[in-house]
Amino acid sequence: MSDTKKILTTPIFADNPIVLQILGICSALAVTSNLKTTVVMCIALTTVAAFSNASVSVVRNHIPSSIRIIVQMIIIASLVIVVDQILKAYAYGISKELSVFVGLIITNCIVMGRTEAFAMKNPPWPSFVDGVGNGLGYSVVLLAVGFFRELFGSGKLFGVEILSLSTDGGWYVPNGLMLLPPSAFFLIGFFIWVLRCKKTEQVEKEEFKIARNSTLREAL
Amino acid sequence: MANQDSIKKTLTVALLLCIVCSVVVSSAAVLLRPIQQANKDLDRKKNILLAAGLYNEELSIEEQFGTIKTHLIDLSSGKFINSEDPASFDQRKAAKDPERSRSLDRSEDVAKISRRENQALVYIVEGDDGLDKVIIPVHGYGLWSTLYGFVALESDLNTIAGLGFYDHGETPGLGGEVDNPRWKALWPGKRVYNGNQVAIGLIKGKADPNASYEVDGLSGATLTSRGVTNLLTFWLGKNGFQPFLNNLKAGDA
Repeated sequence: MSDTKKILTTPIFADNPIVLQILGICSALAVTSNLKTTVVMCIALTTVAAFSNASVSVVRNHIPSSIRIIVQMIIIASLVIVVDQILKAYAYGISKELSVFVGLIITNCIVMGRTEAFAMKNPPWPSFVDGVGNGLGYSVVLLAVGFFRELFGSGKLFGVEILSLSTDGGWYVPNGLMLLPPSAFFLIGFFIWVLRCKKTEQVEKEEFKIARNSTLREAL
Repeated sequence: MANQDSIKKTLTVALLLCIVCSVVVSSAAVLLRPIQQANKDLDRKKNILLAAGLYNEELSIEEQFGTIKTHLIDLSSGKFINSEDPASFDQRKAAKDPERSRSLDRSEDVAKISRRENQALVYIVEGDDGLDKVIIPVHGYGLWSTLYGFVALESDLNTIAGLGFYDHGETPGLGGEVDNPRWKALWPGKRVYNGNQVAIGLIKGKADPNASYEVDGLSGATLTSRGVTNLLTFWLGKNGFQPFLNNLKAGDA
């Protein structure tokens, strides 16, 4: 596998920002109650991650280390504002639904984490690809969570009815919990569980071993 | 790169970066403003049409809004103001401006909005034989947030043609049910005034479908329901649009 391809694909399952690095959980809970907002959020985050990585990487040799976090922050914040403005202009309805969460991409740990960990040490093109890869890793988890939440919470996918709801004379009684943010915690938990069953190397080593129970004789 | 961390270098980098970023951000904001403004207008018009029950997804919003005339009125006298252009009037801003609004007493302030603007916009739908519907903007406090919406009245100025909220922050699933189309469908046909008093309101539980002045309360959202009753009482009452509606009925607004 070539290097670029590896940078692009590792963050999707092998080194996923949400399920392995446990970054960016907050927005994963907030915007996944239906797939439409989820998709827009994924695109927005991937764009911001890719371009902020690339721009930080372009100026990486000129950034004084004393203000490097602030410099990264300013670049990320500017990009997020631009994305937010574009959404307001071309997808007004969705930007109203996403409300503050687009702005909160600024504080999304994935973007900041990647600029600090990767873009500061690598040339622009690999950094850009790394941003896209991590955006995709984030998207995979969000789309999976959004799929289950919308399907079981409101019986729809992308707003199209799949399960006919009992409130409209159908058979499916919607699971209200699925529409509330905590359900995303359970779903991400399941996702981590399934992934770690497949990829056992992701299971963390126990920090200490519990000693076997002492026998009665030893205690005496 | 020995002097990477010198004060001069740090300041230069910070300054240059700030200039570049501010140019990017402000040009995005300025270039996209007209489109955003157009979107906002469309959204507002759509909400007005939805409240009036006139919205049709197949036609363009501008086209449907063509039959609706926007007027600016003075709330205390209840007369039209023809000297100002309604398009440039921002009602939310006016409500906050001390020169264009007045503060309300505790006893008057049923909708808990603390200040009321002096002027307001009304939207009049002209039918084939004159006045068809009147749509008025309303707002008031629910449980967590101020609810902003529109109420549409039939040509007798007493029967509700529709109601809808376009901006609120009530609990989804409870107070947020003010957006539920099935609940909103209960409103058309209800009456507002009993004599001179605003009598319309939400009651706890299910209302009799034939009752003139009662609508089902929102279950699990007593305070939001009360808020909706209060804001209707205020805006349709004597501190709200009642003087204007009376004038309009008498034909000298």
